[in-house]
Amino acid sequence: MKIRYFACALGLSIGFCAAVQAQQGTLDKIRAGGSITLGHRDASIPFSYLDGEQKPVGYAMDLCLKIVDAVKEELKMPNLKVNFQPITPATRIPLLANGTIDLECGATTNTADRQKQITFTVTHYVAANRFVSKKADNLNTLEDLKGKTIVSTSGTTNVKQANELNTERKLGMRILNAKDHAEAFLMVDTGRALAFVMDDIQLAGFVANHANPALFTISPDALSVEPFGIMLRKDDPAFKKVVDAAMVNLYKSGGLTAIYDKWFMKPIPPRNIVMNIPMSDAMKRVVANPTDSSDPNVYK
Amino acid sequence: MNYNWNWGIFLEASPDGTGSYLYTLFLGTRWTIAVSLTAWVAALVMGGVVGTLTTLPRRGWAMLGDAYIEFFRNIPLLVQMFLWFFVVPEIVPEAIGTWMKQTPNSSFWTAVVALAFFTSTRIAVQFRAGILSQARGQMMAAQALGMTLTQSYCYVILPMAFRIILPPLTSEFMNILKNSSVAMAVGLMELTAQTRAMQEFSFQVFEAFTVSTIIYIVINMVIVFGMRRLERWLAVPGFSFDRGAEADLRGGA
Repeated sequence: MKIRYFACALGLSIGFCAAVQAQQGTLDKIRAGGSITLGHRDASIPFSYLDGEQKPVGYAMDLCLKIVDAVKEELKMPNLKVNFQPITPATRIPLLANGTIDLECGATTNTADRQKQITFTVTHYVAANRFVSKKADNLNTLEDLKGKTIVSTSGTTNVKQANELNTERKLGMRILNAKDHAEAFLMVDTGRALAFVMDDIQLAGFVANHANPALFTISPDALSVEPFGIMLRKDDPAFKKVVDAAMVNLYKSGGLTAIYDKWFMKPIPPRNIVMNIPMSDAMKRVVANPTDSSDPNVYK
Repeated sequence: MNYNWNWGIFLEASPDGTGSYLYTLFLGTRWTIAVSLTAWVAALVMGGVVGTLTTLPRRGWAMLGDAYIEFFRNIPLLVQMFLWFFVVPEIVPEAIGTWMKQTPNSSFWTAVVALAFFTSTRIAVQFRAGILSQARGQMMAAQALGMTLTQSYCYVILPMAFRIILPPLTSEFMNILKNSSVAMAVGLMELTAQTRAMQEFSFQVFEAFTVSTIIYIVINMVIVFGMRRLERWLAVPGFSFDRGAEADLRGGA
């Protein structure tokens, strides 16, 4: 009896999902609704986070606003309304797929697997997968981590890679999964793990914000390349064309370098920290030849 | 909705190299069951003891039991997990702290301890209710027969109390299973954590959560079924809530 009720409810909900699966281009949706919605993160510094006044700001937000300008021009709608919607790694896909947000402005790694579900515009940052550890432990290369306990954030491309390397090179590392970056960093801080494997830019942010940054060191050894991109819905060539063109124009006109300097080389809100991360050679190559590829070899 | 359904994803290899996605969910389910069952046994024992303490005609013990209940039930489970995982190892002597951090499966044991303490307070309150709901004459009769306080509790009061609170204990058993998902916060790769990992790797959100939803419901249905059987098996005619009698009243469904 109960089982029948349950099966019925499940069938209904799946049927409902399929029913609303109507295809509509993002540009048409924006024109009809008179507004565009940007998804932003709350603590992905300096890409997309909330400043002292709880307003979403950051490097990726600035790029998204440039894209919005291009959309305004394309649709000839100078008064287009811009909405902001907070998202988390867990909600970004469903909210993009169901049309709640139109662009995801954060620090999401572009991978071939993810492209089966959504698509990315031109890469806006090239991070590398590295690890942070205490200076006193003197860990510099992956080989130094042999047989040690390390941590990474569950569900990230970084933990995936750590697992792959562990099997491939028979390192025998114990890999812990933390719920989020802050907790993973805390595990290294409290000695539960010796190293935290993550995108170097995120690690730099945690070290800079720690009470005693001199305690930590980020490995010179890079384990992989992580190209970040702004996400948009798949199979929407008209919208992707507008977005890509806006990004490429920005890269070619030198506007990107100015925005990059604003967020990575100068004091940023709310506490006026300076990230002090000059543009990498890989990113300079992307600026010269913009690409939306997920293939790490393209960035080497 | 612009979503690419792909139910075949479960048979694809998961990137952590353990096997298919379905297998990683199975591994998660195993942790979920292990942590829930271990914590449940501990919580039942601790809750039974504390609940009994609070009803004793000894003021000191009763106050100790009340303090325990108020302390552990007024702190959110998530905060308790963090306290056991991050704070306790720092405040105990360093050798013990290091041991706590380096024991294999430390997140499993942390989750068990936190869940057991949290759930035991709820079970304690139910035990107290089960004991106090019995007529006062019950205890007097036991003592009139010459039983000591301990004997009255062991042979008369507690066996009845346990039967009376079996239905709410069923809910508590189901709660501990659902609450075990909080163990994700201390890095235990249980079912919810594996589901989230799967959605992050594959971006197939709805498939991942649909399957884990079904797994949780199925396990909970097994619990309900098992506890009903236990209730019927332990029923004392005329005393416990009799489901057969209830069905008769409803017209024998």
